Amino acid sequence: MPSNQTKLASLFAQAQAQIQLPSSGSAPATSASSSPVAAEPSLPSLGIINYSSGTSTNNLSPEEVKKRGMQFAPLSHPSHRYVPHHPKGKPLADPVEEEPPLFYLLSTYISYLILIIFGHVRDFFGKRFKKEKYSHLIQQNGYAPLNSDFDSFYIRRLQARLEDCFARPTIGVPGRYVTLLDRVRKDHCQKFSFTGTTTDCLNLSSYNYLGFAQSEGQCADAAEEIIRRYGTSSCSPRAEAGTTDLHVETEELIARFVGKEAAMVFSMGYATNAAAFPSLVSKGCLIISDELNHASIRFGARLSGAVIKTYKHNNMADLEHLLRDEISQGQPRTHRPWKKILIVVEGLYSMEGTMCNLPVLVALKKKYKFYLFVDEAHSIGAIGPNGRGVCDYFGIDPSEVDILMGTLTKSFGAAGGYIAADKSIIDALKLANLGYVYAESMSPPVLAQIEAALRTIIGEIVPGEGDERLQRLSFNSRYLRLGLKRLGFITYGHDDSPIIPLLLYAPAKMPAFSHEMLRRKIAVVVVGYPATPLVTSRVRFCVSAALNKDDLDTILKACDELGDLLMLKFSSGASSEHGEKPRWKVEDVIRKGVMDAKRDVL
Amino acid sequence: MSFHDTLVYINSTVESISAQFNRIPGSAIVLRYVRSSYQNDPMRSFLELCLFLFAVRYFLASKYSFAKKDFIKLSTKEVDELVDEWTPEPLVTPLDEAQQADIDKIPVVVGASGPKVKLSTGKSAMNLASFNMLNLLGNEQIRDQAIKTVREYGVGACGPSGFYGTGEVHIKTEKDISNFLRVPASLIYAQAFNTISSTIPAFAKRGDIIVADSAIGVAIQKGILISRSTVRWFKHNDMDDLERVLQKVQTDFKGQPLTRRFIVTEGLFENIGDIVDLPRIIELKYKYKYRVILDESCSIGVLGKTGRGLTEYFNVPATEVDMIVGSLATTMCAGGGFCAGSDYVVAHQRISGNGYVFSAAVPGYLAATASEAMAIMQSNPDMFTQLLANTRVFRAIIDKTNYMWSPSDPDSPLIHLQLKSEVLETRRIDDEDKVLQDVVDECIANGVLITRSKVVPSQEIFPVESTLKIMITTGLTKRETEKAAAVVKAAISKVMSKVPKIKH
Repeated sequence: MPSNQTKLASLFAQAQAQIQLPSSGSAPATSASSSPVAAEPSLPSLGIINYSSGTSTNNLSPEEVKKRGMQFAPLSHPSHRYVPHHPKGKPLADPVEEEPPLFYLLSTYISYLILIIFGHVRDFFGKRFKKEKYSHLIQQNGYAPLNSDFDSFYIRRLQARLEDCFARPTIGVPGRYVTLLDRVRKDHCQKFSFTGTTTDCLNLSSYNYLGFAQSEGQCADAAEEIIRRYGTSSCSPRAEAGTTDLHVETEELIARFVGKEAAMVFSMGYATNAAAFPSLVSKGCLIISDELNHASIRFGARLSGAVIKTYKHNNMADLEHLLRDEISQGQPRTHRPWKKILIVVEGLYSMEGTMCNLPVLVALKKKYKFYLFVDEAHSIGAIGPNGRGVCDYFGIDPSEVDILMGTLTKSFGAAGGYIAADKSIIDALKLANLGYVYAESMSPPVLAQIEAALRTIIGEIVPGEGDERLQRLSFNSRYLRLGLKRLGFITYGHDDSPIIPLLLYAPAKMPAFSHEMLRRKIAVVVVGYPATPLVTSRVRFCVSAALNKDDLDTILKACDELGDLLMLKFSSGASSEHGEKPRWKVEDVIRKGVMDAKRDVL
Repeated sequence: MSFHDTLVYINSTVESISAQFNRIPGSAIVLRYVRSSYQNDPMRSFLELCLFLFAVRYFLASKYSFAKKDFIKLSTKEVDELVDEWTPEPLVTPLDEAQQADIDKIPVVVGASGPKVKLSTGKSAMNLASFNMLNLLGNEQIRDQAIKTVREYGVGACGPSGFYGTGEVHIKTEKDISNFLRVPASLIYAQAFNTISSTIPAFAKRGDIIVADSAIGVAIQKGILISRSTVRWFKHNDMDDLERVLQKVQTDFKGQPLTRRFIVTEGLFENIGDIVDLPRIIELKYKYKYRVILDESCSIGVLGKTGRGLTEYFNVPATEVDMIVGSLATTMCAGGGFCAGSDYVVAHQRISGNGYVFSAAVPGYLAATASEAMAIMQSNPDMFTQLLANTRVFRAIIDKTNYMWSPSDPDSPLIHLQLKSEVLETRRIDDEDKVLQDVVDECIANGVLITRSKVVPSQEIFPVESTLKIMITTGLTKRETEKAAAVVKAAISKVMSKVPKIKH
């Protein structure tokens, strides 16, 4: 054991050195394995949780190995790793958004037109001849209907047709595979009933970027230990009696990880945003928000009472124009200067796969003196050579951003969210933030999961595993994106993004794609209006480090078949290297993918 | 093609177009209109055409262009100067000394929370500040179930309920909640505080009417704010005032199209500790055709013979209440909240409940914990008798203090204490919270952890009374509860003895 301990100790010291220089851009791939071990006299404390128990993976039974493999795939070849290296501080080039051929655009509009006409005809006759079935839409006994038929039209008449593509119940861990409970619809698709069987599907849908959704390994062990020691709750809001030493420790660890002085955790990611804005801005302030910001930001912004303006997605020229107008004009009618201006962006947009253009935002911030709030819900853990989000990716000092918000649900396999900022801001939020003063505090086992995941990424425990996860995620994302592009699909987003939207356009292709993928045992998420603009329905792949190249090849083959079957290969080549229509054979894509995915530009 | 052919071609095209035009239903009317308006005067037709084009332009124009009226055109240089001049206020106001002291005094529990806790100051204390009223936090059966679920599902759900985030364990918990409350359906949200803020706007929209108690908690206030509905407030727990407001709404909105109407109130008020008169609310609901949204966050697992909340306490069927919103994070020691009601109410929220659709599902083990907690409550109704007995013991002692009184219901294990008005009149008290904090500090020094009720005043619509918040638990014996009550009472006396009297 002693040699092991000293090795761990030196790794810890290294990790700390990295933490102090989060934007150093050094490639961590080599640091974990090859640096000489400096002897340290004592093992530094890793805090409250005792990690020694379950970190050994030797002596596992074959069933155990198989079970772990279902949650996190073994790496098929050491070359399937990649360290993203964006030039430090360089602005992001806008990705080319391809347009589909006009025919598909028109047919998409016509599809919606038919669906809408059909829906209205059915409503018209239904409300007259089948009153009991439409009772919830009709005024009765002096009660207005709980929902007006107009408000719910889209849900009843369009979304209901895709109902079986959503909320598919699962059992077990949503890791490399997700186990679906099979269900069928009877009675004219009115109700689902379970068949009692299950299907293991490759999982391209969970936000399990780093593959920490596991029921084995250091994270689950830590959670189990903390349930035994702390129970499942601290039974009070943080400001009253719900703060435990574990909360304090996890907050310090998160602050250290993202490169801020202090942090605060909340028991729900959505509520983190919902509660954040009222404590930062109020009447007389201006929130400028990207038009594609998440619903939680919109909810929180509306609660704050500040004026809200939006700019075109990721369009920095539009933003600057708006800023100049707003600062020079001041508040509406009175023309008083704004008290504060808060710009809210997401690090990685969950429906587009695009990243915010942080270098430009920081430059604008210097000139226009606004405050910057970056929501790293999807980017923390998933972006950057050290997994520390967009600041890490662009090589920007986190102190340039006022508020770093993120969720812990996604990359870390836990739940909830955090806000990281200067200590003075976090202290003030302790008196003003609804989530801290009123809401339930974070459950201790979730804190354990966060700590174990963070310490793995930093390299304090299970050395080497954190880097493997980060680099596999980067490789997988690029490999799959390149493959899809070469097959001829239109995809959105930046090359290093683990979210890859594949454009379907026609509404009927959403269920078709979802069903056909399910038949091929791949679980995907399809999204359409209102989460996206009306015409650009899409399937969204969330890549995970838990997948290996073989899994991705299975996915590429399935996509290739579906691309032909559903006529999805629209790409005109506008975004490809030579400008010609890319229609590669899937064998060639797989053969050349590993090399080419590591090129600077895909 | 020769010139003649071209003419013939044009001629035939014009003819076929006019034939097609005549075939369109209503084309004759248009033709007749144009002819009659022409009346051998081309100017007339020209004017009408202009009018028509203006109408088209008007309808296509941006609706909000009037906002630009306000716009002052400035040169680039002027804008640059204004940009340079503008200095924003700091993002947050730095804390003053008193505020810093406030956050420094937030207790930090070392190790597990429970009926007895160790604080970071090194002090041990009996815990009367947490929702662990039934002491289920230490329950081994629940812990085993939680560990089993972690070993099956991992910790997080890694996705929203709509996208593979719904596990079998969530479905089971939802079923258990419905069975527990005896309602047709329920759904779980990832955070209790966020639940009602999502439920209200899922149903109440602009133009709808919400009649709400003036002492409801912040979460409900925020839900109402987001819904954009018209709000009318009634005096806290005053059913006659509620009826007056309902009548007023009836007269005010007479002759207008019928919109949805809701009565929104809390079961056990978190900020006061008193209980709403549910039977009367139900009676008024039917009389005036309202729907009731009841926030039972503090009463589920607290009131009623088996902890089924207010409906059991008053023996009212839970189906009479349209939506019951509750917390799994209070006495159940799990996390998340739920909304229970009819199948339609629940199904609609699965698609339109903001906090349900756009948030990751609650971790599986927390759902399992809630299920197990409900099962234990059902099989051990003794817990609730013991809780009530402890409450009575505590109240018997604390009600004798000279300086404070409790607005809470005698049955409520959530007890608020506030300074009596005569005390406020006769003593020099600049900052009530400061005095209460001194009491809290004194209690902690003597081994009893209680808390002030913490609020964010700027976020509350109505001012909230400063109170001490005490939560009774079955984790302490009757004797211990008696002792704790004596400590609190002594602390109040000690602190108040130092507050100077006002001399007239």
